[in-house]
Amino acid sequence: MSTPQHELTVVLDADAVASALHRIAQEIVAHNEDLHSLALMGVLKRGRPLADRIASDIERMTGARPPVGSLATTLYRDDLRSGKIAATVGNVTHFDFDVEGLTVVLVDDVLSTGRTIRAALDEIIDYGRPRRIQLACLIDRGLRELPIQADYLGWSLATTYEDHVQVKLQEIDGEDVVLLERVPVPEPGA
Amino acid sequence: MTPEENTARAWTRKDLIALEDLSRWELEMILDTAPQFVAVSKRESGIKKVPLLQGRLVVNWFFEPSTRTRTSFELAAKRLSADTLTMNVQGSSSKKGETLHDTLDNIEAMHSDLVVIRHSYAGAAHILAERHESHIVNAGDGAHEHPTQGLLDAYTIRDHIRKQRNDPDATIDGVRVAIIGDIAHSRVARSNIWCLTRLGASVVVCGPATLVPPEIARMGCDVTTNLHEAIKDADVVYALRIQLERQAKCLFPSLREYVRLYRIDNDSLKHAPRHALIMHPGPINRDLELATDVADGPRSVILAQVSNGVAVRMAVMHLLVNS
Repeated sequence: MSTPQHELTVVLDADAVASALHRIAQEIVAHNEDLHSLALMGVLKRGRPLADRIASDIERMTGARPPVGSLATTLYRDDLRSGKIAATVGNVTHFDFDVEGLTVVLVDDVLSTGRTIRAALDEIIDYGRPRRIQLACLIDRGLRELPIQADYLGWSLATTYEDHVQVKLQEIDGEDVVLLERVPVPEPGA
Repeated sequence: MTPEENTARAWTRKDLIALEDLSRWELEMILDTAPQFVAVSKRESGIKKVPLLQGRLVVNWFFEPSTRTRTSFELAAKRLSADTLTMNVQGSSSKKGETLHDTLDNIEAMHSDLVVIRHSYAGAAHILAERHESHIVNAGDGAHEHPTQGLLDAYTIRDHIRKQRNDPDATIDGVRVAIIGDIAHSRVARSNIWCLTRLGASVVVCGPATLVPPEIARMGCDVTTNLHEAIKDADVVYALRIQLERQAKCLFPSLREYVRLYRIDNDSLKHAPRHALIMHPGPINRDLELATDVADGPRSVILAQVSNGVAVRMAVMHLLVNS
């Protein structure tokens, strides 16, 4: 929890989350002519409810709801193999469509190092050969370690490794909000 | 994936030797790690493997004949993308008098990461684990333990109960398991008793008096020689394999008598609840300990045990090597 000297700010409130997701849905529709070969893949755990909401938005706009799947990515993480994080009790990947030839939009809550997305790409490609893979993220907090960028982005933030970005979603946490907890930079000479 | 989603407790064991050693949360961590590997094996398209043990060397070292367990471990290693090497005793240096430690030193000189061992001596895996750096998995040591069998059985029971009750978080607390047959010589029985009781199930073992040592009650199970008594409130009826190779020791009067008193068939199952699952570790002596129509019937989960075995072994290897 935050100690008193940490400053906690609301980056996006519930309305801002909703409009960011709506804009992402509009852009996905605008950029993909063949909506029949579109599928969304939520990166577990908070990418999944985001993907469901985007799919509902797309359905409202076009009348067609793209299929939605869940991607765990845990079995493909590079930090797992080097023992940096404990072997995880898993979220389980699940989708009931064939990715072959589809446009798959990966959906995640926070984009940072890019390593989760690297793992997600490897996992999807193990299932087949999509025609293209695109990336939608609610927050980009920078700190990239791989050449990966979002095609559809809700909000962009400059952060340091010490800062803590917290995405809360109705389906999991009971509310929609994005919080930034900043560790203050020590004053020179202090 | 954020750190808070990792369980608060981290896996720290180097080896898997005996389920007697494991706490409830460790047993549950293995069972909870397995479903993602069930999903890998079930993939309908694409590649049925994940890169978790890519570039690692897994050695299967079997001093006793085994097809099922050895192939299950081999497949588990391959689905984790490991390189595998199988060493059978026949034609190996053990026959020439080399000690276990020396042989493992030589395997390790080739930079093995994980060694799966089956041996007829209880404690073989344990003494190797103490002295060597490789991760050791006990695939059966004498009449002591067969830990991955106990785990896959617990997984199969839990998975079935979760589906039956339509509750993805159901546990096996309070489930009644009857294990029938040659308890005295069975490492499967021992691993199952430790695992199931620690997970909250109650276990009753049953067989001819010569094959059921009364002291086994100290492991925390009930003991009876009466089959009807054993299965009357059983949620799971687990038939052990009668080890015909041990019949030379004359531990029960005749196979015919065993069949009459202890075989699991439609007749004896009239004394069990209708929902009771039928399990068997394989290979089955058909119509000896288990009737064919029961083994192949709707209550049998014997083939699910085999499928789950691969996933549970993947979970074990992953936890040992990657933690």
